[in-house]
Amino acid sequence: MAHGPAKGIGRWLFTTNHKDIGTMYLWFSFAMFLLGGFFAMVIRAELFQPGMQIIRPEFFNQMTTMHGLVMVFGAIMPAFVGLANWLIPMMIGAPDMALPRMNNLSFWILPFAFALLASTLFMEGGAPNFGWTFYAPLSTTYAPSTVNYFIFGVHIMGASSIMGSINIIATVLNMRAPGMTLMKMPMFVWTWLITAFLLIAVMPVLAGAVTMMLMDINFGTSFFDAAGGGDPVLFQHVFWFFGHPEVYIIILPAFGVISHIIPTFSRKPLFGYSSMVYATASIAFLSFIVWAHHMFMVGMPIGGELYFMYATMLIAVPTAAKVFNWVSTMFRGSLTYETPMLFAIAFVILFTIGGFTGLMLAIAPSDVQYHDSYFVVAHFHYVMVAGAVFSGTAAVYYWLPKWCGRMYNETMGKVQFWISFIGFNITFFPQHFLGLAGMPRRYADYALQFSDWNMISSIGAFIYGASQLLFMFNVIRTIKAGTPVSEPKTWEGAEGLEWTVATPAPYHTFSTPPEVK
Amino acid sequence: MSRRARMLFALVLAPVMSLASMGQALAEDAQRWAVNMPKGVTPVSNAIYDIHMIIFWICVVIGIGVFGVMFYSMYAHRKSRGAVAANFHENTTAEIVWTVIPALLLIVMAIPATSALLSVYDTAEAEMDIKITGYQWKWQYEYLGEDVAYMSELTTPEEEIYNTAPKSQYYLQEVSQALVLPAKTKVRFLITAKDVIHSWWVPDLGVKKDAIPGLVNETWAYIEEPGIYRGECAELCGKGHAFMPIVINVLEKEEYNAWLGKKKAEVAAVRELAKKTFTLDELMAQGEIAYNRSCAACHQINGEGIPGVFPGMVGSAITVGDVKGHLDIVVNGKSGTAMQAFGGQLSEVDLAAIITYERNAWGNATGDLVQPIDVLKFKQGQ
Amino acid sequence: MDNKPNRSLLVKLLGGAVCMFLFAMFVMPPLYDMFCEVTGIGGKTGGPYEVTEAGVDVSRTVKVQFVATNNAAMPWQFSPKVYEVEVHPGEPTEVAFYAKNRTHRDMVAQAIPNVTPFNAAEYFHKTECFCFNQQPLKAGEEADLPLVFIVDRDLPKAVTTITLSYTLFDITSRAGDSLAQAN
Repeated sequence: MAHGPAKGIGRWLFTTNHKDIGTMYLWFSFAMFLLGGFFAMVIRAELFQPGMQIIRPEFFNQMTTMHGLVMVFGAIMPAFVGLANWLIPMMIGAPDMALPRMNNLSFWILPFAFALLASTLFMEGGAPNFGWTFYAPLSTTYAPSTVNYFIFGVHIMGASSIMGSINIIATVLNMRAPGMTLMKMPMFVWTWLITAFLLIAVMPVLAGAVTMMLMDINFGTSFFDAAGGGDPVLFQHVFWFFGHPEVYIIILPAFGVISHIIPTFSRKPLFGYSSMVYATASIAFLSFIVWAHHMFMVGMPIGGELYFMYATMLIAVPTAAKVFNWVSTMFRGSLTYETPMLFAIAFVILFTIGGFTGLMLAIAPSDVQYHDSYFVVAHFHYVMVAGAVFSGTAAVYYWLPKWCGRMYNETMGKVQFWISFIGFNITFFPQHFLGLAGMPRRYADYALQFSDWNMISSIGAFIYGASQLLFMFNVIRTIKAGTPVSEPKTWEGAEGLEWTVATPAPYHTFSTPPEVK
Repeated sequence: MSRRARMLFALVLAPVMSLASMGQALAEDAQRWAVNMPKGVTPVSNAIYDIHMIIFWICVVIGIGVFGVMFYSMYAHRKSRGAVAANFHENTTAEIVWTVIPALLLIVMAIPATSALLSVYDTAEAEMDIKITGYQWKWQYEYLGEDVAYMSELTTPEEEIYNTAPKSQYYLQEVSQALVLPAKTKVRFLITAKDVIHSWWVPDLGVKKDAIPGLVNETWAYIEEPGIYRGECAELCGKGHAFMPIVINVLEKEEYNAWLGKKKAEVAAVRELAKKTFTLDELMAQGEIAYNRSCAACHQINGEGIPGVFPGMVGSAITVGDVKGHLDIVVNGKSGTAMQAFGGQLSEVDLAAIITYERNAWGNATGDLVQPIDVLKFKQGQ
Repeated sequence: MDNKPNRSLLVKLLGGAVCMFLFAMFVMPPLYDMFCEVTGIGGKTGGPYEVTEAGVDVSRTVKVQFVATNNAAMPWQFSPKVYEVEVHPGEPTEVAFYAKNRTHRDMVAQAIPNVTPFNAAEYFHKTECFCFNQQPLKAGEEADLPLVFIVDRDLPKAVTTITLSYTLFDITSRAGDSLAQAN
């Protein structure tokens, strides 16, 4: 095993190589992305016109729930863990991850978790139907009988994430090449280090929440049942204590990716490196003290409501600093627009729009009208899709030549970008209007005045969905038949240790640590 | 035109055509293509609208500034235009400025937001109280201190939802009995739920509040304009989440008082009606209406339920078994399941009609006849 | 590869994760309850109140309203005997709720209280309340459930109306378990 990969299926089952595991994470997450995307297509097809055409309301609820769970836990999070596996050792000059056997385990339990979750679709009672936020008592007393599979699946996902995070922290803290001080680390490594700490802090809280559910359902406790002295609102506090850091877990590594791509194609170093690090850390800190802004309607005392409003508004400051830094990096650079850069620029624009709507949502009095409406759906898709998914796509285009030694088709990449960008905005921009006009989220059917924008949104969703198939085609074509490249540095302006090794990256890199000055 | 071209043409045209036909149904409705929130008819909804617009315009101005600089450098600093990259990567002054300016803007936003929030919370000195209870999937309105309470359920027929009949103008926004309120009166809403969490949202009133089992929330409205206002349940509450609308009919004060008087008389009349004896046909006819309104959401119109979730009623042990057991489950519900206690929700006539209907429809030919008086006696423990 | 620092870091981080799990399971729920009691989140009221000093503030009156709700499939008849009373702060007042078990089986109920507006919750004291105990009623049995309360003299002046609401839960199966355990 010292020189090259083993042959056959054993290579993948027993591998402890960070590149193999990274590859498996990325393919797994893409498969989940297609599955979650398929659920989204079912949802948008049903909402194409008022009335129930394709599915029934109870199945619609299963679709929205599974879409959310699969996208958050199956697609986005593993995608960034995959990128971390591939890139962090190469970026810090380490030969592999710190705990390679645990790395193998943390990947291989994931397919089981999702197989368990997906199998509920075919069981009596159906898949989870209580939304990805699974508020009690809808998810406890009133849950379908398959809820125990869901709980077990969440436990496995949590274990996988925690192991992955421990591995990343150990790698970053213990395995950096000599001379690579913390404040010399690439931004992607920084954002992941902070994310990993967030994960270790909050994934156990999610595990606690589902364990309490499990006990309420099966063992007669009443954590969330008012009859026995519990409180359904407690569930929401516990869930969002996990849930709000969770959304930053998703977006922080995306910030890291963008902080690599924009300097490369601006041919200019990242503006404000240290302020980027501090901004990331303060966003992570603030994420712990704002959770109840998801609960402005549950009936909090006005003091609590004001506190959570002010604290949430504060997040705008470090986030804005990041956007200003990216724009300043581009300012007076020497810009070219290859596919990764197009996705990165779209990220900055669309994420900023998502940030604006986030600020609006933070305003507790106007949240009376936004809360649980399509305005929220539009907001979080602007930050999750245009944020996390766009940056993930950008990352794949950016590092793919390094990974497989072949160049993707630039024209096809640009076409895919424009279809994605246009499709995305047609899908989600009208959802702001729907929400403001009064359409609640998670509605299987709607009143007639919402017909027009829903139809447009659905058309956009089909366009956006199709663009992902083009993405898959482009990636597979590149791996099979892309133009070979062998320069260590694929991009003129690229900086960092990963661009000093051979292309394609050999199976083992940095067996002797490089010297960082 | 070739067949394939025609099909393609039809495919593209179909949405456009259906938009046009929907347009006719909504010709008078200004809400089509709405892009912003309603200003509403209460002081709170107006305050919310104002703060929403303030924040919106601040965001637009910031957006123009940030994207302006960005688009300028995207255009002017292109490599293809011969731009040579500068090498600066720090500027402490700039970084301080763009931390301080957003912070100041936030303070500017926080001031009106705080005062708007204070008015949202100001439930004191209300002139009347309405208790709102969320059920799977309907609302109950109770005029506290007046002994008037009724359920408000969706009346849009199944045929419209499943596209076998054309959709009417207020598709999914019409209910059996609207909540009737007086104009220019401070009304306090006490909001709770029976089973799972719901959320009572009426955009025109600027009111949204979660209805949580075991907890009573409060909010309020002072409605300036008489009229009909429509809202929705905003918190996922199961399969009927999209099918429990809110309709409020706001009357001038005198009209409201007249309505309330009439309503009280009606309540007494319904109680009287419970003593009458009905024929099987009468009960079956009434039963079908009441069943489809109150039971079919779970047990389905055809009585077959949803396997594994909601039990079927065709030839089941309850519907063809002992009448007492049937009465018990309908009137008292079943703990730990979604089966509610309908004894307090429906009149004796409706309960008797539903039970009779269930025992004789879909081939359950028991021939049993349950009279309202039987239900009343059962309720009184006889 | 030097494994020692990695191992020790692994142990520390795993320990951290376990602590967060225990925190969520065993610290957050009681912490939340404590927080609710102190701040009145959710309108929760405290347990039995010990009367400290007599003294009635006759200078103002407060309207206290009573509301009853049955949760889910709770089939009892349950309602306040009077809808509202006017009281002076500091003055103990007795009222009652009427309950009747309309079913043909013996049942046990638990009433969960809740006060609105929430900022009045900490000023609303109950010296005697049926909600402190489980309420068993035999089939067809009826009862008046007593409640004695005092509105605190420190109640903010802005509060002129207090609504006390009880939600009645059917806990027959749960109470049965604990009875079986006790025997």
